[in-house]
Amino acid sequence: MLQIISLLLENKPGALMRVTGLLSQRGYNIESLTVARTLDPALSRMTIVVDVEAVKRQQVIKQMNKLINVLQATDLTELPAVVREMVLVRVRTVQETRTAVLKEAEIFGGRVVDSSTEGFAIEVTGAPEKLNEFIDVMRSYGEIEVTRSGALAIALEAKKLRLQPPVPTRAGKLEEPVY
Amino acid sequence: MSNLMSGAQMLLECLAREGVDCIFGYPGGVTLPFYDVLYEHPIRHVLVRHEENAAFAAEGYARATGKVGVCCATSGPGATNLTTGLVDAMMDSIPIVAITGQVPTKLIGSDAFQEADTFGITRSCTKHNYLVKRLEDLPQAVHEAFYVAASGRPGPVLVDITKDVLQGQGHYQPVTSVHLPGYKVFTEGHTGQIRRAAQMVEEAERPLVYAGGGIIAAGAAAELNELIECTDAPAVITLMGLGAMPSQHPNFISMPGMHGSFAANQALSNCDLLIALGVRFDDRVTGRLAAFAPHAKVVHVDIDPAEIGKNRAPDVPIVGDVKRVLAKINKLLVEEKAPASEKRSAARRAWWQQIRAWKAEHPFPAPVSDTEIKPQHLMAEIDRLSGGNAIVSSDVGQHQMWAAQLIRFNEPRLWLSSGGLGSMGFGLPAAIGAQFARPDKLVFALVGDGGFQMSIPELGTIASNGLPIKIVVMNNGYLGMVRQWQTLFYNNRLSAVELDCFPDAAKLAGAYGFKGRTIDKPWDLAPALEEAVNEPGPYLLNVKVTPFESVYPMVPAGAAINEMVLGPPQPVPVPAT
Repeated sequence: MLQIISLLLENKPGALMRVTGLLSQRGYNIESLTVARTLDPALSRMTIVVDVEAVKRQQVIKQMNKLINVLQATDLTELPAVVREMVLVRVRTVQETRTAVLKEAEIFGGRVVDSSTEGFAIEVTGAPEKLNEFIDVMRSYGEIEVTRSGALAIALEAKKLRLQPPVPTRAGKLEEPVY
Repeated sequence: MSNLMSGAQMLLECLAREGVDCIFGYPGGVTLPFYDVLYEHPIRHVLVRHEENAAFAAEGYARATGKVGVCCATSGPGATNLTTGLVDAMMDSIPIVAITGQVPTKLIGSDAFQEADTFGITRSCTKHNYLVKRLEDLPQAVHEAFYVAASGRPGPVLVDITKDVLQGQGHYQPVTSVHLPGYKVFTEGHTGQIRRAAQMVEEAERPLVYAGGGIIAAGAAAELNELIECTDAPAVITLMGLGAMPSQHPNFISMPGMHGSFAANQALSNCDLLIALGVRFDDRVTGRLAAFAPHAKVVHVDIDPAEIGKNRAPDVPIVGDVKRVLAKINKLLVEEKAPASEKRSAARRAWWQQIRAWKAEHPFPAPVSDTEIKPQHLMAEIDRLSGGNAIVSSDVGQHQMWAAQLIRFNEPRLWLSSGGLGSMGFGLPAAIGAQFARPDKLVFALVGDGGFQMSIPELGTIASNGLPIKIVVMNNGYLGMVRQWQTLFYNNRLSAVELDCFPDAAKLAGAYGFKGRTIDKPWDLAPALEEAVNEPGPYLLNVKVTPFESVYPMVPAGAAINEMVLGPPQPVPVPAT
């Protein structure tokens, strides 16, 4: 089944590699992954959709939390959350179906971002299942090309972020080194 | 006071402040600046003969002391050679810090000479790793590395440092704290769960302690022994935990699992409460997981939350430092000790009676022959000389299992063995690290003829440092454990397992300037081992043992642990015609 994970992680070199490496190392398949900086430029928010047996879901989260650069890993699969994805579709249409295509795009809340004699480029945002339907509909009008963003998710209830305080080093206490 | 120093000096300053007294390493092009400042520094550098052995030696040092072991290698091949040792340390939760050199920052990504993506390669081999490309980041990274390696569930951390950072000049400021906001270490344990655990321990009729390497890592042997004294529960100790309680302790019922004792595996299969302490329900212990401890409720204490419920869902999960958690459980057990009901006392007595019967029924086979040296006989003799007090650093395979079965350990950190990864070639370099860490101790490098031949270069390290390690090769002329599987499961087709050439031990050791000897008669065994132990320097004793001996009991792969094979298959009688 699909599991939706929201990760808050330090924006450090290699952080993305640690997450993807961990997923493949533990045998979890990534369906989609999106990442961008947060309001705090030192942090990134990542939404990952993985295909994993239900019993393994907790283990995935625990493994993610073990990554030192990960501040918080949350399983949004069953929490109140909004999941959205964007799709860009280029559809080739003949003259006769142009109006119908526009009508369909409107039904899905789409926006035409390019129009030419060949056809349209349309942008739609919505729940991933909704986008599947839109793509199916567009396919019925002719040749299409599709780019999807992968899912973005946000929890509807804030989860308390627990961070670790600094730890004094033994090294800092020494006036002089041991030798 | 001027604190202007080079990156290399800063690195050394940080290592000194972390209390490092010994580095196992191998120099190279990009680590030249570091070796230049090391030249006149009191930190001891031990030049190994292959970087893999630097990592194993650092592990041996860490396993024998609990302190962080340090190894060092150059970029490219130096770093890639470390990786086996890093994974080994990862699997067994051993704290080591690896320092590697990297090509200059401006050459990264250009396929420069001796460039390898060490940071990427070691991502999965380490608990955490760093690539330092700016001098100002160096002290922080080094101290973080030591903190991460030693805290929580210990493990290996690698710091990859570019040559320009080592050469750069900067002002050194001691690092007073490390801040890793996402690095969570849970030590205390949940009070309610601890209370429940204590109650279940109190009420169990057939309790069993299942303790492992976590006890050693946490330094919790005293707390474990207190729990056992206080409850009189029997205990099985895993390969990684041997020494957590004295092997002679009456409650010790040996190692569980694939080559564990009959009593240990029967106890696991029949207990009603499993008190799992610093263990990870490894497949070599559990056998077929679905049939593991089928009647037991499980209390699982581990510092790594991801181990709880990974393989077996516990009834009482406790995330915490096993030392602190056990101290709290023990306190509750002592304070709130209620008189046991007659029913429970009777059940406990019956449980012990049953365990004693299992122990008596099938102890570990320890055959002795008049004509040849049985491998088990060798282990018994080493045990006699050690008296439970020597460090035994084993390699991987049959000799490792016989040693674990038959050699006693009175305290933690005497038995050094590659458990999780099962790396051949571990035993001898780990013994080097252990001997440096514990110069006072008698150290055996107990290896097979296969693993020994992976480690021969390190005889040079042993000789040049005059390390009085007693190298005992259990030589059966085969890769014995692989052969055992071929015999049992592949119609005895012995493919690529015969080691038909082995060097003359006296000549080989002699070539390095120390004593060596080969024996194959049982009456020579005790005197030869005594000679080795009494020799002030290193000694190589090649012991030719019965070639076709297999390790029993054995749980075949995929079987439940109470489906043990107790001895060699008997010839099927030919029906009379």
